[in-house]
Amino acid sequence: MPSDGWFRKKSRFSQVPAKTAAEVPEGVATKCGNCGRVIFTREFEKNFKVCLDCGHHHRLTADERIAYTVDADTFEPLWDDLKSVDPLKFPDYPAKLEKGRAATGLEDGFRAGLAKVGGIPIVIGVTDFRFVGGSLGSVGGEKILRAMEEGARLRRPVVLFTASGGARMFEGLLALMQMAKTSVAAARLAEAGIPYISVLTDPTTGGVLASYAMLGDIIFAEPGALIGFAGARVAAQVSVQKPPDGYQTAEWQLSRGQIDQVVGRRDLPATLSSILSLLGFVAETPDAQETQAEIPSEVSVG
Amino acid sequence: MANLTVLDFEKSIAELDQWLERLRDVSQDPKNPQNTPELSAQIVKLEQDRRAILQGVFSNLTPWDKVLLARHERRPYTLDYVNAIVDGFQELHGDRLFADDGAIVAGLGWIDLNRGHSDTSPQNGSSAGSNKVRVAIVGHQKGRDLKSRQHRNFGYARPEGYRKAGRVMKLAAKFNLPIITLVDTPGAAADVAADERGISEAIATSMFEMATLPVPIISIVIGEGGSGGALAIAVGDRVLMLEHSVYSVIAPEGCAAILWRDPERKADAASALNLTAQRAKELGIIDAIVPEPLGGAHRDWAAAAESLQLELVKHLKELQQLSGQQLVDGRYDRFKALGQFTGGE
Repeated sequence: MPSDGWFRKKSRFSQVPAKTAAEVPEGVATKCGNCGRVIFTREFEKNFKVCLDCGHHHRLTADERIAYTVDADTFEPLWDDLKSVDPLKFPDYPAKLEKGRAATGLEDGFRAGLAKVGGIPIVIGVTDFRFVGGSLGSVGGEKILRAMEEGARLRRPVVLFTASGGARMFEGLLALMQMAKTSVAAARLAEAGIPYISVLTDPTTGGVLASYAMLGDIIFAEPGALIGFAGARVAAQVSVQKPPDGYQTAEWQLSRGQIDQVVGRRDLPATLSSILSLLGFVAETPDAQETQAEIPSEVSVG
Repeated sequence: MANLTVLDFEKSIAELDQWLERLRDVSQDPKNPQNTPELSAQIVKLEQDRRAILQGVFSNLTPWDKVLLARHERRPYTLDYVNAIVDGFQELHGDRLFADDGAIVAGLGWIDLNRGHSDTSPQNGSSAGSNKVRVAIVGHQKGRDLKSRQHRNFGYARPEGYRKAGRVMKLAAKFNLPIITLVDTPGAAADVAADERGISEAIATSMFEMATLPVPIISIVIGEGGSGGALAIAVGDRVLMLEHSVYSVIAPEGCAAILWRDPERKADAASALNLTAQRAKELGIIDAIVPEPLGGAHRDWAAAAESLQLELVKHLKELQQLSGQQLVDGRYDRFKALGQFTGGE
């Protein structure tokens, strides 16, 4: 299954090389990775790192994702101390982990915690693509399972954001098993009658797409996100038909019936709280901590 | 690719086999002047040598050798095991949505809980009668000639295959049949059409649904356990591997291409991936290794099937003692426990 190496060359969404330091004064301006327009960084960030011109959604770090999604000052991280090990003594893995840690300041690319969206308490999990390509390893699988158990225990909806090349090859079979681990966790959450919302961001492929990413009660995706099982190059090699225009984009997946909505980053918090209230969860006000919707405590699953 | 029928490390054995065959022909022919009393002694000696060579070769297989064995074109496939150990098999076709995928077979049949034992140890007293139980079988299926390979899509299962598997497994749960899944795929179909019809959703949903079924599930990797396409039908209470099967997060060729940008370093990748049954057992991924006849399952299908049945019956009997809730909870705990990390206390 793909790891970060797969995306280095190929992505149609980040092909334009970043401007050299000489061309753009550092920090002041940012160049759109899609259309090439140079934007003031302050405006770019105020627009959630979406290009003001072409609407291209640039990749976010885990912390940016959380900041852009949840109510201010509501995020309480959980299990940040879980740390990846190198169980198979796999070539290059320790170096990859070091690089990921240096780039993100995190012990692992998956961050989980408690938060509120539009006042509704949730359990949130996000992936930082800079950490070994957002790949799913033992730590990610464990945090996803714990997030789902926590959601069932606290009766809070679980919202997970994906950005991943797939299972983490460097952990071999242990990584593959995280696909099953996250899927059995999603099944248990469903049995508890707690909603799970999956938000697919650029890129979501391989073993992550083929496990918890596709198991949401509701599945959203960001505009233009690369979403597909195998890399487009592999698919082109093994396909009878020529890959259609827009193949493996969020919009294409929507047209093939695989996801519920393509939602722009700016609209996502409002969309999330709208859906969650429709599913029976209400905003918690500081005065009335106990105002929680009536949720059936026993919901059977076919 | 080279002719898979005789792998490189099997060549000395293949040559010996040819010799033995010729000598046996001679010894069967009373008119042949070369048919001397010494000849039969020679044959016995050669047979002993053959056994020693096989033992030597097969106790020193590299992970890449195992990959080749797991992909061996003479290796028994799902339907070969079904023919050997399942009585009254009724195959069930189609996903009721789009198509019938030949890369996955599913059906119902009977397994004799006594047969595995009586064949190997007739003295244990259970050989007298049969003790048949109903089971559902789901497995990947490869083809052996051009036409059947195309029909089976070379074992690359499509969304319809996983949905058929899910349909039959839910049927089994509804009528309280234990489920046996046989895993043998290079991976799930990765073409545009598979993507378009939701291969990712189909794999994910299969694992999700297996987590909820209140009947025993035993999954056995019989050949290639290729990534998510294999795991999709391997969320079992017990997961077993045949001695020379492999189970991997990615094919060695793909791993080598990513790691070293050189698919030819597949043997190095096979070592790094820890894809053998022996390593999977050490890592706690699987519960048991099913022994294969000396020289591999492809040399003796009947012996391989018997060994599989023996192990299967043992686990079936154990799991039959558990309630549906105990099974579902145990399965959850089994997969919850998989993973290695530090911290989090």
